[in-house]
Amino acid sequence: MEKDQDKILEKYTQNEYKYGWVTDIESDTVPKGLNEDTIRMISSKKNEPQFLLDFRLKAYRYWKEMKLPTWAHLRIPRINYQDIVYYSAPKQKAGPKSMDDVDPELKKTFDRLGIPIDEQKRLAGVAVDAVMDSSSVKTTFKEKLAEQGIIFCSFSEAVQNHPDLIKEYMGTVVPYTDNYFAALNSAVFSDGSFCYIPKGVRTPMELSTYFRINAANTGQFERTLIIAEDNSYVSYLEGCTAPIRDENQLHAAIVELIAKDNAQIKYSTVQNWYPGDKNGKGGIYNFVTKRGMAKGNNSKISWTQVETGSAITWKYPSVILIGDNSVGEFYSVAVTNNHQQADTGTKMTHIGKNTKSTIVSKGISAGYSNNSYRGLVKITKNAENARNFSQCDSMLMGDKCGAHTFPYIETNNKSAIVEHEATTSKIGDEQIFYCNQRGINEEDAIGLIVNGYAKEVINKLPMEFAVEAQTLLQISLEGSVG
Amino acid sequence: MLEIKNLHSVIEGNEILKGIDLKVNKGEIHAIMGPNGSGKSTLASVLAGKDIFEITEGEIIYEGKNLMEMDPEERAKEGIFLGFQYPVEIPGVSMINFLKTALNEQRKHKGLEPIKSSDFLKMVREKKDLVQIDSNLTNRSVNEGFSGGEKKRNEIFQMAMLNPRLSILDETDSGLDIDALRVVAHGVNTLRSDDNATIIITHYQRLLNYIIPDRVHVLYDGKIVKSGDKNLAIELEEKGYEWLAQEVAAK
Repeated sequence: MEKDQDKILEKYTQNEYKYGWVTDIESDTVPKGLNEDTIRMISSKKNEPQFLLDFRLKAYRYWKEMKLPTWAHLRIPRINYQDIVYYSAPKQKAGPKSMDDVDPELKKTFDRLGIPIDEQKRLAGVAVDAVMDSSSVKTTFKEKLAEQGIIFCSFSEAVQNHPDLIKEYMGTVVPYTDNYFAALNSAVFSDGSFCYIPKGVRTPMELSTYFRINAANTGQFERTLIIAEDNSYVSYLEGCTAPIRDENQLHAAIVELIAKDNAQIKYSTVQNWYPGDKNGKGGIYNFVTKRGMAKGNNSKISWTQVETGSAITWKYPSVILIGDNSVGEFYSVAVTNNHQQADTGTKMTHIGKNTKSTIVSKGISAGYSNNSYRGLVKITKNAENARNFSQCDSMLMGDKCGAHTFPYIETNNKSAIVEHEATTSKIGDEQIFYCNQRGINEEDAIGLIVNGYAKEVINKLPMEFAVEAQTLLQISLEGSVG
Repeated sequence: MLEIKNLHSVIEGNEILKGIDLKVNKGEIHAIMGPNGSGKSTLASVLAGKDIFEITEGEIIYEGKNLMEMDPEERAKEGIFLGFQYPVEIPGVSMINFLKTALNEQRKHKGLEPIKSSDFLKMVREKKDLVQIDSNLTNRSVNEGFSGGEKKRNEIFQMAMLNPRLSILDETDSGLDIDALRVVAHGVNTLRSDDNATIIITHYQRLLNYIIPDRVHVLYDGKIVKSGDKNLAIELEEKGYEWLAQEVAAK
């Protein structure tokens, strides 16, 4: 068996990344480096109101005093923040009104990614906000959604057209003081998506944002803000890809969700940033702060993530359960291969009475990668009858990779019930041979076994993305078994 | 259909098979018997292509082709089926999905289109009856939480679905109660045809009361030491393997 494991690793071949090409397009770019002038420049390019510039500057001054935390189970090379371009937007007329105004190169880019931004071509069930580098290219179905009072647009547009909503909610779930990368994002963020679902409205289609990094030496710092008023429902999905480059690129985003009484937000991510090559060169640093506030009674926030990309992933989509009977869920599959590193999990903070949270985390490590689950379940003093169930499974392929679980539980109320289960398994040669003997080759066998293992999470994704996620899992592990 | 000539096989430096000769024709059922550690399961694994066994000498010709040059999945697609002694659990993968994938791989190999879902489900219903397997068993994950008997019946169910040319049943009778044994035997007998062949590997004679073999071979210390018709199995049951051991020693 030992010999087989070695063979598995030897056969470690190129892991083909399908989205590694670059679009040749003229960009409006600010010079490298970070200082107050950069921030003023970004703010003025976006014609922002004074309150936003003030917010950015406060965040920047706060960030300057901060140090990169070191508690994560990650090896992060030193990042030179003065060597990054903080704003790079494809040149096009501001806020294209019709498809004719969108640069054909951009149209082509998103077509090639399988995200046509032309509404005629687009699958009827999904509205898309397409973001390249620092700006939103096009948001589809905006008018149709507006008929129901739903606001779905780029963050920059929301700043122009709905400054009151931005002022009221931005930074209320993730304050700029929250952490190192949240402060950095708050200082330099450029675009992202904004959704507002009015009272009693159920979104008639999936809303989604597709993030594409294109320009070299550029960081992507987007913000997403979703507000679900009383009795509303929204299902939202994001996808991400980037070109193959030898240098690492930084992606530091913030996502804030607010669910009021009886509101439900379902947020799904299929993250496929460039993971670096098989020797660990290049790839995206994906340092993201995602948090939802289940503010209203009976509200529900559900995170589902399929993480296959990025050289380093560092994020904990979390829920603060404030409303009584509110529910938080976290379903995650994180795959690391070659030299990828991931430290991901969630924080569930129970504050309201009868609050409930569920955590299902499935890690898959292959190659020389490291995959950690880190989660905090916190039951505060007044959270009567809080319930949590956590299940953290790890699957190892080969013997050069690592899987780690760091569960933290803080209980300050005796009525709480907190359950934690964890398992570690290996894809067995016996399982693969069994599939082989039925005529299924090794790659397909791995695909079957891994997708079976991750099924609980994949099932939580909207139907059409579930299929994409299954394929992605298999591709990410291609060549990892001999 | 299958011809094995002077087959020697080694695992971790130990020679397990020490010169096997065996010829199986279409339409035949062969039983291979022998005491623990004689190499029965190794022979099954080698035929299925398990790569932890190294073949040091001899050849295996299957349907005129050199079997040793084929990957396990290729052998499966060419019609070789192994009924596992210890069927493996694959959590989260439904039996239905697994079988459909397997069946379509075999169809692709024959240049056929993937099977239509309605046809597939019809086939599942038919074959399920053959081995009296419970409906909810096929909806569960592959072998997960199955009892020993259910696992074995599930192997025969897969054999029925995949319709192999050469089936090798490795200790399919072990751990079965008498009713399950009858069900398994009924399945194998029903699937028997002039175009396929079956090799039954077993420890005990009792399965052979229900499946009548054309030939019986006794494997002892890595070699076939005696072959005969169904009466050899009965003789073995009476006299035990010790009798053969003495006979071999005397030669």
